[in-house]
Amino acid sequence: MTLSIWLIVSVALFCIGLLAALSRRHAIFILIGIEMMLAAANINFIAFWRFAPQPAQPIGVMVAIFSIAIAAAEAAVGLAMVIAVYRHFHTTSVDQLDRLKG
Amino acid sequence: MADSLDQIFIRAKQWLLSPLVGHAPNWLVQIGSSLLNIIALLGVFLTLFALISVLERKILGRMQNRYGPNRVGPFGLLQPVADGIKMLIKEDIVPVRADKVVHFLAPILIAAAAILALGVIPYGRNMTPFVIDGGILFFFAVGSTNELAVFMAGWGSNNKFSMLGAMRAIAQMISYELPLLITVLPVVMAVGSLNPDKIVFAQKYYYFGFVPHWFVLTPWGATAFILFFVSGLVESNRTPFDVPEGESEIVAGHMTEYSGFKYATFFMAEYLGMFAVSGLAVTLFLGGWRAPLPWLAFIPSYIWFFAKLSILLFVFIWVRGTLPRTRVDQMMNFAWKFMLPMAFTCLISAAVWHYAGRRLSGWLWSFATIAIVYLVLSLFLDTRKKFTPRTYRFAE
Amino acid sequence: MNSVVFAIIAIFTLTFALAAATNPRLMHAALSFAVMFVGVAAFFFLLGAEFVGLVQIFVYVGAVAVLIVFTILLTRRDAEKDRGFNWGGVIVAIAVFAGLVWAILKTQSVSIGPPVIKALTVKQIGEALMTSYVWPLQCVGVLLTAALIGALILVLEDKRE
Repeated sequence: MTLSIWLIVSVALFCIGLLAALSRRHAIFILIGIEMMLAAANINFIAFWRFAPQPAQPIGVMVAIFSIAIAAAEAAVGLAMVIAVYRHFHTTSVDQLDRLKG
Repeated sequence: MADSLDQIFIRAKQWLLSPLVGHAPNWLVQIGSSLLNIIALLGVFLTLFALISVLERKILGRMQNRYGPNRVGPFGLLQPVADGIKMLIKEDIVPVRADKVVHFLAPILIAAAAILALGVIPYGRNMTPFVIDGGILFFFAVGSTNELAVFMAGWGSNNKFSMLGAMRAIAQMISYELPLLITVLPVVMAVGSLNPDKIVFAQKYYYFGFVPHWFVLTPWGATAFILFFVSGLVESNRTPFDVPEGESEIVAGHMTEYSGFKYATFFMAEYLGMFAVSGLAVTLFLGGWRAPLPWLAFIPSYIWFFAKLSILLFVFIWVRGTLPRTRVDQMMNFAWKFMLPMAFTCLISAAVWHYAGRRLSGWLWSFATIAIVYLVLSLFLDTRKKFTPRTYRFAE
Repeated sequence: MNSVVFAIIAIFTLTFALAAATNPRLMHAALSFAVMFVGVAAFFFLLGAEFVGLVQIFVYVGAVAVLIVFTILLTRRDAEKDRGFNWGGVIVAIAVFAGLVWAILKTQSVSIGPPVIKALTVKQIGEALMTSYVWPLQCVGVLLTAALIGALILVLEDKRE
């Protein structure tokens, strides 16, 4: 298993996340796409940590742990915003959220 | 002789795998070993599930001054066979507009989570099915997929009562997951590892030669054990916290639209969850497979484990027969306003116990910490519903 | 053997990711998203970072996936399907994929095999978190508290007096 195979899998997951974020109209699925991209970046970090000469501290693992925590916080706030927007505009399709004043 | 009886299952497994060891590649031997572990685990726990389902009914019956089931076998002990046949031949009804894939997968996911959680508990000396370095975290990670499975069950049935029941069940599970985790933290802190084998190893010593070093015999350990046990009651949806499945509350909650074998799977998953939580409580607080007195160590380790497990299961059944069901808001208040502060107090108390030296002064200080917080909470926490005085519009 | 397991997990994860990205039925896409994260956690196990894999299952499948299905449930007035799919996104995604794979395959220094490393125990992660990374840990704690309070305020309905 070379590092390049792991990186290609991580890039594939990233591009599927990009696909979800760019081509969906429902706001929640754009958030799902963003979470997928974050997961792909985490795989990247851990893959580089595994294949590189080991530093004194497990830096790759630390970054991945903090990234998971921050992604969870961001998902919570993003979903709260989707609910608040839905209450006001009664739609979740981002195509129809094109005015600044409600 | 004592050692050979203790390790009899390990020797049996090695004897079964011995034709493969020299000739097959290493990964095949590992897969064979894991498969034997899984088969043994499933065999033991499904038999225990069948036995506990009839024993529960008999014990509840005795508590209610009647016999339980006593027709089918000697003392009614073959009742699970009759129950199994009944469940299997019932018609499997799926609602027409239900989401078939999600409706089908939900009970499987709950049962799978419970069985996976059973895999990291040490059942005897060298008898942990899967040794994972973060074993306790694996247990809780797998248990947290229960919430998604309950949601799938509620949503896949396409029924408003199921959905409401699933929301209530998820709210209950999420609220009590926090005390469950935080009460485990003092034990992990005192041992310094998340590996269940190391936790059992740390409870090896005996004070004064005969008092075992189990964590339940420390002040923070006793409180943490009680809180963990109550949270385990909630996580397995047992009375007094069985709002998700009470018939007078919400028909059967998220399990309303399930019949026949799928309902049996939900039932089995609830009991297996009970076994998993009890097994973890035995490992963390009651010393795992260790004997309570050093001269009783000739009795094999798995017998001690299952004896302690049986005592905890009896307490589960006893509580079911004794206490009435709590209201949903009473349950939530209890979790967030009482159990969470007490769980944090246990954590602080364990730290105080460690840093005051693990001697008598440490015990007294940690006991004082818990006692002060408990007194403050019990005196000043008032969660009764307050009703505004009634005003009459026409009659005076 | 390792490569067979890797191929199986990779196909599993990418299939469910594609299902999550393209399935018009909202619930099925959200549940495929949860299953995909189990696949990503399996990747972490293969790479030897078991603690991260377990935290991933705990946080993503146990919390984020539940949040997402609850939000789908609460914002479901019109339909259950996501109407409309923007095909321009597919072209951009394929272009980005091609570009990045070309960049990876051209780089010589990433075609290395795995070196032998010591197993990373939870104790080492705990020590690192509490000594070298204690400030990021506290900041993440403050961030999570702020996110919790912020999310609560965002969904609180303002009561008309």
